[in-house]
Amino acid sequence: MIQRFADWLVYGILGLDAGTSLGVAVNFFVYDTVKIILLLFSISFVMGIINAYFPIERLRRYLTTHKLYGLDYFMAALFGGITPFCSCSSVPLFIGFVKGGIPLGVTLTFLIASPLVSEIAIAMFLGTFGVKATLIYVVSGTVLSMVAGYILGKMRLEPYLSDWVKQAQQQSNARSEQWEAEKTPFWKRLPIITRESWGIVRGVLVYILIGIGIGATMHGFVPEGFFEQSLSADQWWSVPLAVVLAAPMYANAAGIVPIVEVFVAKGIPLGTAIAFMMSVIGLSIPEATMLKKVMTWRLIGIFFGVVTLLIIISGYLFNWML
Amino acid sequence: MEVKVLGPGCAKCKKAYQVVEKVIKDNNLDVTLTKVDDLMEMMSYNILSTPAIVVDGEVKIKGRVPSENEVKELLGL
Repeated sequence: MIQRFADWLVYGILGLDAGTSLGVAVNFFVYDTVKIILLLFSISFVMGIINAYFPIERLRRYLTTHKLYGLDYFMAALFGGITPFCSCSSVPLFIGFVKGGIPLGVTLTFLIASPLVSEIAIAMFLGTFGVKATLIYVVSGTVLSMVAGYILGKMRLEPYLSDWVKQAQQQSNARSEQWEAEKTPFWKRLPIITRESWGIVRGVLVYILIGIGIGATMHGFVPEGFFEQSLSADQWWSVPLAVVLAAPMYANAAGIVPIVEVFVAKGIPLGTAIAFMMSVIGLSIPEATMLKKVMTWRLIGIFFGVVTLLIIISGYLFNWML
Repeated sequence: MEVKVLGPGCAKCKKAYQVVEKVIKDNNLDVTLTKVDDLMEMMSYNILSTPAIVVDGEVKIKGRVPSENEVKELLGL
């Protein structure tokens, strides 16, 4: 259906010739853009509904009042993925969790999963790589966040929190945090959820367009197998190199996936590409500076170090599995 | 009436502030609007996600940018 729309618009209305490379490129661009926008809107909408029923306040309450024997890591990773994330929310969220008496490891799991597994990345992955790659990405992102949080939790890093966070932690009082359900009936909230989902799409639309644009151009200009010598699977150092290169980069998943797709088409193994993308969206300097308000540099260093290491390991795993 | 917009300064927080500011201006309301970016103060409202909008000490909206109509309702219009 989308293909028919793209054909109609590009060949019919714009009058481009289906035989020329320009026509094909524009058609590809229209098709990909429409497909990804529809996917992104639907996924954001579904996540919005889940969030309306199970907001983050409720998760916190659940985590503070139940003994979960490790399942709390899973819950934190799962909801980290579902909750729409804005890098500046990480600080209030971190403090709120710690204040609620939730273990540091579980809190960090949430903090890692939140940017790593996002509705934007899922939509982009589904649209460009298909269901299998998307599942691998979601499952590994969730597991990675859990493992990283667990390891960090075992490292006893509490002394490296900022002083005022330590105070907040000591005063933690789970019972004072009453979760109040929003009383608005569901049908009244649907328009809000719809508007929110559209807001997410609109917010990243320009990155999607740029990303697909660059991707489409690179398709034409970067020769096949170009990256094969530099970043192919045979070289053991290709995964760490891709991850370390990507860590300081800060890009939206919407912009990075179409480019990653070109990498894959031109000879980079999918595992290396996924690791690269995880590193771009999961680790960023703006987030580090945000976290400086609640952590010492040392803790931020350990935090980023462990996550980087795990992304590298999963890169190897994907390359070996796929 | 006293309205506070809580947020450390990301795009969403700025947008939320603009929406509230616009509604107040458009309707000539007698409302004191303040932007709160101090984390300590923000956390005293027990929020987990930003932006949040506080009307007379009560958190009304958190984690999202409200529409103009929502803000109007919050301000009793």
